[in-house]
Amino acid sequence: MKQESNGQALKEGAAKWLFGAAAALSIVAVALICVFLFANGIPAMAQIGLPDFLFGTTWKPGSGMYGIFPMIVGSIYVTAGAMVVGVPAGVLTAIFLSRFANRKVAAALKPGIELLAGIPSVVYGFFGLMVVVPFVRAIGPGNGLSLLSASLLLGAMILPTVITVSKNALDAVPKSYYEGALALGATHERSVFRIVVPAAFSGIMASVVLGIGRAIGETMAVVMVAGNQAVIPGSIFDGVRTMTANIVLEMGYAADLHRGALIATGVVLFVFVMLISLLFSAVKKRGELK
Amino acid sequence: MTARLLRVAVYVGAAVSTAVLLLIVGFVVVNGVPSLRPSLFEWEYDSTNVSLMPALVDTVLMAALALLISVPVGIASAIYLVEYAKSSSRFIRAVRLTTETLQGIPSIVYGLFGLLFFSTLLGWGLSLLSGACTLAIMVLPIVMRTTEEALRAVPASYKEGGLALGAGTVRTIFRCVLPSALPGIFGGVLLAFGRCVGEVAALLFTAGTVAQIPDFAGQGAFALFDSCRTLAVHMYVLASEGLHISEAYATAVVLLVLVVVLNGGANLVERKLDSRNA
Amino acid sequence: MKCLEAEQVEQLEQATARAGETTTEHTRAAKMEVCGLDLHYGEFHALKNVSLRFPENEVTALIGPSGCGKSTLLKTLNRMNDLVEGCRIEGSINLDGCDVYGQIPVTDLRRRVGMVFQQPNPFPMSVYDNVAFGPRTHGVKKRDELDAVVEQSLRDAAIWDEVKDRLGKSAMGLSGGQQQRLCIARALAVRPEVLLLDESTSALDPISTAKIEELVGELKDRYTVIMVTHNMLQALRVSTKTAFFLLGEMIEAGDTNTLFTSPHDKRTEDYVSGRFG
Repeated sequence: MKQESNGQALKEGAAKWLFGAAAALSIVAVALICVFLFANGIPAMAQIGLPDFLFGTTWKPGSGMYGIFPMIVGSIYVTAGAMVVGVPAGVLTAIFLSRFANRKVAAALKPGIELLAGIPSVVYGFFGLMVVVPFVRAIGPGNGLSLLSASLLLGAMILPTVITVSKNALDAVPKSYYEGALALGATHERSVFRIVVPAAFSGIMASVVLGIGRAIGETMAVVMVAGNQAVIPGSIFDGVRTMTANIVLEMGYAADLHRGALIATGVVLFVFVMLISLLFSAVKKRGELK
Repeated sequence: MTARLLRVAVYVGAAVSTAVLLLIVGFVVVNGVPSLRPSLFEWEYDSTNVSLMPALVDTVLMAALALLISVPVGIASAIYLVEYAKSSSRFIRAVRLTTETLQGIPSIVYGLFGLLFFSTLLGWGLSLLSGACTLAIMVLPIVMRTTEEALRAVPASYKEGGLALGAGTVRTIFRCVLPSALPGIFGGVLLAFGRCVGEVAALLFTAGTVAQIPDFAGQGAFALFDSCRTLAVHMYVLASEGLHISEAYATAVVLLVLVVVLNGGANLVERKLDSRNA
Repeated sequence: MKCLEAEQVEQLEQATARAGETTTEHTRAAKMEVCGLDLHYGEFHALKNVSLRFPENEVTALIGPSGCGKSTLLKTLNRMNDLVEGCRIEGSINLDGCDVYGQIPVTDLRRRVGMVFQQPNPFPMSVYDNVAFGPRTHGVKKRDELDAVVEQSLRDAAIWDEVKDRLGKSAMGLSGGQQQRLCIARALAVRPEVLLLDESTSALDPISTAKIEELVGELKDRYTVIMVTHNMLQALRVSTKTAFFLLGEMIEAGDTNTLFTSPHDKRTEDYVSGRFG
């Protein structure tokens, strides 16, 4: 009897240990990713010189020039463009789904939004290449492979993120706020925009930050439509290269310092994403405090 | 007046989103369906048939292998988080923080890591195994999060019932708690599968772009070290070469169908859960 | 539709007649009037042929056990029931002789017929902005005008002294009782003619409740107040008229004192003497 309960305790202990070890794997994974990125990227940065690397405006691996400033600016431009395109449409759609649509329309759109979220980025990229790029070519100078094309496409890609997260925030606003506004004689629209939307503001901001994260990390779709010139674009019709594009375009054949510089580009991208997720937690925490 | 303006703005916003959806799906279906030919589904790829069959098989292999790794780990982690952990402990906070971090890392960074670690350091080269391991880390947070949610949705009475009968914690978890969380976990697995199907950036430098099915019959387990290309990678290669646009369209249709099936499956599971809980 | 039982018809006539009597007695015009109101929530018949007059500058209490339809009736008076899916209404509801379903735009109706809810529901914004929301909604833009309205409303709601130093702070930081008085101030700020109170003290402590009851007593000089309460003593303390509801029917209405001391209907008597709980 005693023996059996000992065996039982051993089994329980082992299981707990095993489950805990599995949970520890995420920590291990992040640690490994950091170590390998930084161990390979930092020496390259040091060799190039951090200021030259971050703020150098010329990227010519052939002549040993590794300035990624155009790519940093490119990533910021493309992301900002995506926000300009995607956030208004996304937030308004969320407001529509949460407060304007009747149940049937909302139920019909829900799987559509999920589908948008599930479509692989390479399909988006292909769509961009065949539809958006020719469109931009038709309305402006240049060949259409441009900052504008990338912004339009990424704007579409962040729609599901912005819609879903904003809608959840809007749905979570207590009904009593809306009813209180109506009871004062406010119209439906005024009640929604002056009371419900401000009450959901931190959630909507969170959706925007998530959208930024998705846009800055997007690779394949951008590569296919942005033109990828490693130069700071002068207009929205100029080509642009993002940090992600820089890595994916050249990693296949890079060696030595060039390879190190690409990994270092990954490090910079990683730092950007970390900053964004810090921002996200801050926004979320602010929402919880209220 | 403002009310009408706001109303119009909301409807326009919703119309734009709907238009984007219809445009993309319409674009793929209208161009892709006529491009579907039997020769695209021939077992061997060559430059005349541009078959997508190997890529399709590779996609399933790659995703299955990635899930084989990440699903047990993800479920075990979620069990630890829900059933064992005290939420205040430093370890738990570290797990949560890193899981969130993993969720935010761009896939190209995963690709870089996979290249440095699996392909280079471990010497697995561009291979099915390198790609699957990279994807496994990438989808781990999805499996963890959905499993955790599913476990938390199981009524405490199930667990208490098991414990009250004198069953140990482990037995209770596996017999009483996990079974009723299974549909939710399955939904998460489908989501993770979808993520694997659509991935390109993490695979280009870990699994490579060779259009072949790893030769398990001839090489056994060594075929894990063969390079292969998934459908999404296949489509990227076709689109960037620019020579096989109609085949790229056809591949897009197949990808879209996969996504629809996976989404539909996840929805079905969710609906079943809802009706059961109601 | 099934015919009403003779007995019911008789009672109804009696009730209406009594309501009429009281009106002539006090020579007060009916501010709001409900006539032959039937209300369905889908299949559920929530109000059955209700007729009732709400005299001007009086406090009318609607009492009855939960689920009797008293809150439903209240929400019909400012058309908040429009939000409930599957809600159908027959019969007429008048405000100053105009039909609220048709002759008065719904936003005007709700401005003229203010409402205070069961749970305090201040908006998540500053005290000032809470009170100013209504006036701003109806076109008041000038800062000094707004300031005046906000102060007056807060004074009328007997909360000015407690919040005058924290007008810019979030209303969510107020206590429950303060929040409810703020909601009353918010309702008063649009200068309503009728004020609906939907069990507005049931979520509050006794001291806050007493304050609000006192406040309602003062408000009746300028407003027509209609309150739903499950607390009979409150009805007795605060109201001048009372209507008793049971299972969607209006059983009896009249002067509060009369209704509580010598009710005409057996069911009213049972209820006010505590047999329904």
